[in-house]
Amino acid sequence: MNIEQQDFYTQAILSMAALVGLTSFLMLGQGRLLRLIFVFALQGLLLTLTTALAAYSLNSPHLYISAMMTLILKVIFIPWMLRRQVLLMNMHRDVEALKNNTAVMLGGAGLMVFSYYVLHPIVQTSSAIMLNALAVSLSVVLLGMLLMISHRQAVAHVVGFMAIENGLFFAAIVATKGMPMVVELGVAFDVLVAAVLFGIFFFHIRTSIDSLDVDRMNRLHEVDQ
Amino acid sequence: MNWLLAVIQTLLFVALAPLLSGWLKWCKCHLQNRNAPSLLQPYRDLLKLIRKQPVVAEHASWIFTRSPYIIFSAMVLAASVVPLIALDLPTAASADVIVLVGFFAFARFFLALAGLDIGTAFGGMGSSREMTISSLAEPAMLMAVFTLTMTASTTNLSLAITHVLNEGLVLRPSFVFAMFALILVAIAETGRVPVDNPTTHLELTMIHEAMILEYSGRHLALIEWASQLKLMLYGVLIANIFLPWGIAQDFSFHALGYGLLAISCKLAALAIFLAISETLVAKMRLFRVQEYLSFAYLLGLLGMLSHIILEASR
Repeated sequence: MNIEQQDFYTQAILSMAALVGLTSFLMLGQGRLLRLIFVFALQGLLLTLTTALAAYSLNSPHLYISAMMTLILKVIFIPWMLRRQVLLMNMHRDVEALKNNTAVMLGGAGLMVFSYYVLHPIVQTSSAIMLNALAVSLSVVLLGMLLMISHRQAVAHVVGFMAIENGLFFAAIVATKGMPMVVELGVAFDVLVAAVLFGIFFFHIRTSIDSLDVDRMNRLHEVDQ
Repeated sequence: MNWLLAVIQTLLFVALAPLLSGWLKWCKCHLQNRNAPSLLQPYRDLLKLIRKQPVVAEHASWIFTRSPYIIFSAMVLAASVVPLIALDLPTAASADVIVLVGFFAFARFFLALAGLDIGTAFGGMGSSREMTISSLAEPAMLMAVFTLTMTASTTNLSLAITHVLNEGLVLRPSFVFAMFALILVAIAETGRVPVDNPTTHLELTMIHEAMILEYSGRHLALIEWASQLKLMLYGVLIANIFLPWGIAQDFSFHALGYGLLAISCKLAALAIFLAISETLVAKMRLFRVQEYLSFAYLLGLLGMLSHIILEASR
């Protein structure tokens, strides 16, 4: 089934999926922390729009609540908190020199193709839109992991973790018309608590090794040599 | 009749290109709180240059003196291929989009050769920088163009635009990516601000200017005109491929007038967008240009992938 035969909702969801994938790529190549957090907020906004669209077209009003929650948590609160911490720790001027940025980006493109390859066998049992959305969300998850691997700053790791959660959320919205409300509330609360805990950890790591560069943790020893 | 229309359209291209860059300069001046020159200033500059006698260096070979004519005619030929106000013209049928990229490459080759020919340090430096940038920009542009041609399953521009028009409004993820990639490539190839600054004469920033530093008189006028044509060509490509609504599909007087109006509005809007981005963005270092262009290539690649994966039949 070609895209021009799909209805408008499907086209819009597919475009949103592509844009969410694009924001993941943008995050992967970003060396500045404040811009990374901004792109993360942008991804959250796209998720909010997707959820609202799904709520409107599938006529399931409880999705409006999860759209609201996404807006408040992932677009406003968590980016605001991360931004405040970056500014507090005076890291907004640091530019993280990514080792071979182009290779990481091409690896990301490879991961996207890989996630389609993995999901290809379920073509027979599901609709085209579900396959595509699932594949994009799987690739967002994998790209989040790649972000955590390739960056060295702890703040970037947290953003990668949240991006993984975004990918799962996207899959849940598009494929199954949203998770049950209880699950969604629980996950949202977990993410919130995780964000707060990460904030505390930042300060602890910073006071103990005087930097948030996790590569320097390799050099920690229990006894002085 | 059709051939006459094709010639008129090409002439319109050539005549309107300085106006577009005048409008761009006007918008930019107003955004930066400067007094803008009149919209006709590029025409006056060209006229002034054409009247002057060209001064040619003693050691210049025939390449140096012939290059402006070759570059200008290559750009005019490229302009004859791109549909400006009407589709299905005989010139558009004779060459496809890969030929168009070839025309650009041909003009660029002679520009770089002319920069090297005179033997000054600046000319060689500008040529080497231009070739570095274009070798990275060309694959990105081809990727973006291939996304379109795969959707329409033809490499002919006019047929592809007709295909997009006939489908009506379809939200395509691949077109979003291809459009961004093409915009980034257009900014790099026409020497606009994040990559090159067209109004400066500083050693560190010159790319296009460094190559044409030795030109004067009518030679310089032709090269300036060709680069204005190139800017307009990219603008028309972006406007007509991705937002083709309004372009004339038959040759009635009404449709043609409407097509002219539509393309002028689209180009004016694009120029405003470009002026805003040039005001906001600072010129980047030369060594960061490859990052910028590899991002453009990545966008093109993503467009291609999302066409194959998200849109094509399974």
